[in-house]
Amino acid sequence: MSSYAITILTLIVIQAIVVCGLNVIVGYAGQISLGHAAFFGIGAYSAALLSTRGGLSFWIALPLVLIISALTGLLLGLPSLRLKHDFLAITTIGINFIVQAIFLYVPFFGGALGISGIPRIQVFGEALKGAHFLYLCLFFLGVVMAICWLFTRVFAGLACFALREEEAAATSMGISPVRFKLLAFMLGTVFAGLGGALYAHYMRFVSADDFSFPLSVSFLAMLVLGGMGSLLGPLVGALILGALPELFRPLAEFRILFYALMLLLMIRFQPGGILGESSLIRKRLFPLFLRRQP
Amino acid sequence: MLLEVENLTVSYGDILAVRNLSFVLDQGELVSIVGANGAGKTSILNAVMGIEPSKSGKILFNGEDITRLPVHERARRGIRVVPERSRVFPRLSVYENIITGVYRLGKKVAVQTRLEWLYGIFPRLEERSGQLASTLSGGEQQQLAIARALISDPRLLLVDEVSMGLMPKLVDQVFALLRQLNKEFGLTILLVEQNAMASLKISDRGYVMEVGTCAFEGAAADLIEHPKVKEAYLG
Repeated sequence: MSSYAITILTLIVIQAIVVCGLNVIVGYAGQISLGHAAFFGIGAYSAALLSTRGGLSFWIALPLVLIISALTGLLLGLPSLRLKHDFLAITTIGINFIVQAIFLYVPFFGGALGISGIPRIQVFGEALKGAHFLYLCLFFLGVVMAICWLFTRVFAGLACFALREEEAAATSMGISPVRFKLLAFMLGTVFAGLGGALYAHYMRFVSADDFSFPLSVSFLAMLVLGGMGSLLGPLVGALILGALPELFRPLAEFRILFYALMLLLMIRFQPGGILGESSLIRKRLFPLFLRRQP
Repeated sequence: MLLEVENLTVSYGDILAVRNLSFVLDQGELVSIVGANGAGKTSILNAVMGIEPSKSGKILFNGEDITRLPVHERARRGIRVVPERSRVFPRLSVYENIITGVYRLGKKVAVQTRLEWLYGIFPRLEERSGQLASTLSGGEQQQLAIARALISDPRLLLVDEVSMGLMPKLVDQVFALLRQLNKEFGLTILLVEQNAMASLKISDRGYVMEVGTCAFEGAAADLIEHPKVKEAYLG
């Protein structure tokens, strides 16, 4: 593989990890989030600061990054308990702008210069780069997807699905909306934080502009395109939307046109996403028993 | 008394749905609240479950004041509801729908045994256990909502307009089942119904609602014979 392809693939895999997190919040728990780039950024900045100013290695910093992501996810998930639909969407957009502004204007976060000099990740004394870094990202993607799969199989997942489908009926069954919505937010932001940490150590430089609102939209577009609530949807969405701009590169300025055209066609013909529950692929490949039986 | 409701008032903005309503439910009773559309019947159930906040009044369950408890805490104490139009979880399988009802119960329940018992009552649900709930017919969804409520062995079952949207033969079956649950298993049931005759027939006592307040109350057999009730609701 050329180093160009490896670079593109690495970024796609990192984005797939982040979109898996968004899937837990939006796809599993049914809470809209248009501020996921903020959590991606919080993970990236935490990793950047801990490894540069903190002097910690990636592996020691990682648990801290995940804890920071979980706590901010918990905090910023609180609005979801009181707000629904459009109001929650707008609030999460606001969160995205606020977090980005904090990165930009608080000197501690490096201001407009961002944070540079982030070291490479070391494994057995060896600095990871190129294909090896891609393998590490693939490993983490595997872990994240395994956790997602597990989540849909345990009661917490079922509780989230039930809240998504009929909130009043679910709470009447004894399911606490507070507990499970916050759990979903936390898990989702932890995955975003993990993606952010990988991103920081891959780019070795972060700045506030990397985590702006359009990125949140693009994460959500990947999820919607791939199929909300499905296990492989985030990966498929990240692959397609990550690779398309590269494949369309010969079209120069028309490539955004094709990108938009494809999204419109999807919304018209497969609104549930490529792997969504009512999609052609799911219906053809797994016609009947999509869900668990006793 | 298992359930005591004192001076309950429920309002939507300025509109009063329920005004100063008081009623009680003893352990093992089957009680109906009947009345026309818009009489505030569903609001009563929603207030007891906690889905709709009560503006004033007091709700005691098993002697404990639950007026300020959130919905899921009331559910944990053994109150379950079969909502109007069933409200099953459409994108979950039939089996998954049923087992959402067993989360964090205050007591041990032999889930497997109860599941088999429920499948015995509703064989259609066993046949379709792996199917998405959205693929069930209206009647089957209503059965599923009942099974989902019963899996946890509740102390009090609230049933909201169960006859709505069901074909007459199924309505009879569902009422017969509710009666059987009450008589054989001692399940306390509060039934809210527009179909006054059918529900009073199987009830011990009844309350007749008229725009937000209780117009009559008494033994179900007397209410059926009451000339005013006959005229107003039973035709």
